Amino acid sequence: MAAGKTMHAPASGVRAERRARAFSAKPIVYHVLVGGLALVMIYPILWLIASSLKPNDEIFANAYSLIPSRFAWENYVTGWRGFAGNTFATFFQNSLLISVVSTIGAVASSALVAYAFARIPFAGKGFWFSCMMMTMMLPHDVTIIPQYVLFAKLNWLSTFKPVIVPQFFAVPFFIFLIMQFIRTIPVELDEAAKIDGCSKYGIFFRVVMPLIVPALITATIFSFYWRWDDFINPLLYLNKPELYPVSLALKLFLDGESLNNWGGMFAMATLSLVPILIVFLFFQRYIVEGISTSGLKG
Amino acid sequence: MPADAPRLHFVSDEIGRGAGPGPRHGGESNVKLRDNDHVVGYVFAAPFILGFLIFTLYPIFSSLYYSFTDYNLFESPRWVGFDNFEKMFTADDKYWKSVSVTLTYVLASVPFRLAFALAVAMMLNKAFTGIGLYRSAYYLPSLIGGSVAVSIMWTQVFGDHGLVNSALALIGIHTDTSWIGNPSTALWTLIALSVWQFGSSMLIFLAGLKNIPNSYFEAASVDGANAIHRFFKITLPLLSPIILFNLIMQTISAFMTFTPAYIISRGEGGPLDNTLLYSLYLYRRAFQFYEMGYASAMAWVMLLVIAVIALVLFKTSKYWVHYEAKGER
Repeated sequence: MAAGKTMHAPASGVRAERRARAFSAKPIVYHVLVGGLALVMIYPILWLIASSLKPNDEIFANAYSLIPSRFAWENYVTGWRGFAGNTFATFFQNSLLISVVSTIGAVASSALVAYAFARIPFAGKGFWFSCMMMTMMLPHDVTIIPQYVLFAKLNWLSTFKPVIVPQFFAVPFFIFLIMQFIRTIPVELDEAAKIDGCSKYGIFFRVVMPLIVPALITATIFSFYWRWDDFINPLLYLNKPELYPVSLALKLFLDGESLNNWGGMFAMATLSLVPILIVFLFFQRYIVEGISTSGLKG
Repeated sequence: MPADAPRLHFVSDEIGRGAGPGPRHGGESNVKLRDNDHVVGYVFAAPFILGFLIFTLYPIFSSLYYSFTDYNLFESPRWVGFDNFEKMFTADDKYWKSVSVTLTYVLASVPFRLAFALAVAMMLNKAFTGIGLYRSAYYLPSLIGGSVAVSIMWTQVFGDHGLVNSALALIGIHTDTSWIGNPSTALWTLIALSVWQFGSSMLIFLAGLKNIPNSYFEAASVDGANAIHRFFKITLPLLSPIILFNLIMQTISAFMTFTPAYIISRGEGGPLDNTLLYSLYLYRRAFQFYEMGYASAMAWVMLLVIAVIALVLFKTSKYWVHYEAKGER
C-alpha cells in the first residue's frame, strides 16, 4: 500500500517524502493500535500467571493488577498437593504418558497413510480419500456413544486404552498435512530409487521419510497439544483420580471443598500451560507453517 | 530338452530382473506382491481404513440404530421407533433451549472470529522486524484456548471480583455481578472466549494475503482505486476460497464446542440453561442420565443439520467464492 503511494510522487520528491515520513505519526498510531490490541489479547494470560504468584487474599482484591505484593510461591506447593492423595506429579505423569504414546502412534500411522494417498495408485483410493475428508468434518458427537459402548464391552473403561489406541489408526488432519508435504517432493526421486532396485517400502523409509521430517515435526507438535489439552475423552473414560491427566485434575479445583484454594488453582493452571508454551517457543516456525498450509486449528 | 527349458527361463529371468539368484517361483511372486500397487497401497493405508471402519463407520450406523431405541447401557437396546425424535421435537423444552443457545453461540462467535482474524491479518501483512512478536501475541490465545486451564481462567476473568469487573471499576463502573452467574451475559462470556481465539484463522488469512501479488494493488492504485475499493475488489475475492474453508471448519467446530461450556457452568449448562450448548446437553443426557438412545437421536439431528449447512455453504459458494482458474467468477 505504501509502495503504491510513492509511485505517484515525482522522482525528485521521493527523498523529501521519505524525510517527511520519518516524522509522520502513522507508524506510531499503527504500533499503539496493533500493540495495544495485542496487549489486550495476552493480558488474561499474563493475569493468570500473575495471579498464581499472588497471596490468596490478594487475587481478587485488585484483580486488574499484574504485580503481586510478594511472590507467593507457596501456591505452587499447596496446588501441587492435589486431591485425595494424588499429587500433581501423578497427573502430569498421566498427561505425559497419554500425550507421548498417542503422538507416536498418530504421527507414525498418519505418515504411512499419507504416503499411500500421495504416491500409490491403488484400487479404491479415491473412495478412501473421500472417507478421510468426511471424517475430518464429522462431528464427534455422532461417534462418541457407540465408541463408549464398544470400549465398555472390551472392558477398557478406566484404562488409558480408549484414550490412546484410536490414535494409532491415523488422524485425518495429519494425513492431509503430510500428504501436502509429500506432494512437493519431486516424483523423479521415487523413480530414481525404483530404478536402483528399491521397493515401495524402501522408497518410503529411505527416500520419502527423511524428506518429510518438517511435516512430521509439525504433526508431532499439534498431536502433542491436542492430546495434552484433551478433556472430553479423559472425562468419559478415566474415572479414577489416579488415572486423571492434568486437564481433568484442574477441574477438581472448581469442585466442592477445594473451592477456596484460588492460588493453588492458578498455579497449577499456569503449570499445565508450561509444556505447550515451551514447545511454542522452540517450534514456532513449524506451528505457523502447519496452520498456514493445511488449516490445522491451533 | 525338458530339463533345459526351466533353466533357460531362470537365466533370462535373472538378466531381466538383474537381481541376485534365488528360488524362482518364490522370488517372482514375492516381487510381484511387493511391487503390486494395490497391495502396497492397502498395506500403507491400512491404519486409516481399519480405524475408519472400527471407530467411525461402525459407530455412525450404530448410533443411527440407537437413535430408534431406548437404551440405558445396562440393558440391551429396545426398539421404540420415532419416539426419541418425537419427544425431542415436541416435549423437551430443554432441547429447544439448547438449540437456541447453540445457534446464538455459532451465529455470534463464527462471524466475529473471522472478521477479527481478517482485520488483524491485514494489519499484520507487513514486513518489519518485530512483526513476529505481534503475530505470536495474537496467535497465543488460540494456541492455549482449548485447554481447561484457560476455561478456568475465564471463569475468574469474568467472575464477580474478576479481572473485568476490577478493570471496569478503574473507569468508574462499579459492579460485582458475576458475568458468568448472570443469565443474560453468561453465554456472551463463552462467545468472547471463542472470538478471543481468532489466531489460527488469522494465520491462515495471513498466508492467503501473502499470496496476493503486490502488483495487483499497485495497478489498482494507479487506476485510482482507494483502500475500500482495493479491499472489496481485490482482497476479498482473492481470499474467498480461504474464507469458505475457514467458515465451514469454524462453524462445525463451533457446533461441537464442549469443554468451555462444561468448565464454566461446572457441567450444568447454567445459569438457567443459558450455556447449555448442544454437545453439553447431549453429554448430560448420555452420560449423566444414561439415555443413550435419546442422545444418539440428538447426535443424528446435529449431524444432519451440520451436513445441510455445509452443503448450503458449498452450493452457494459459486456465487461468492472466486476461483482464479475460472477467471471472472
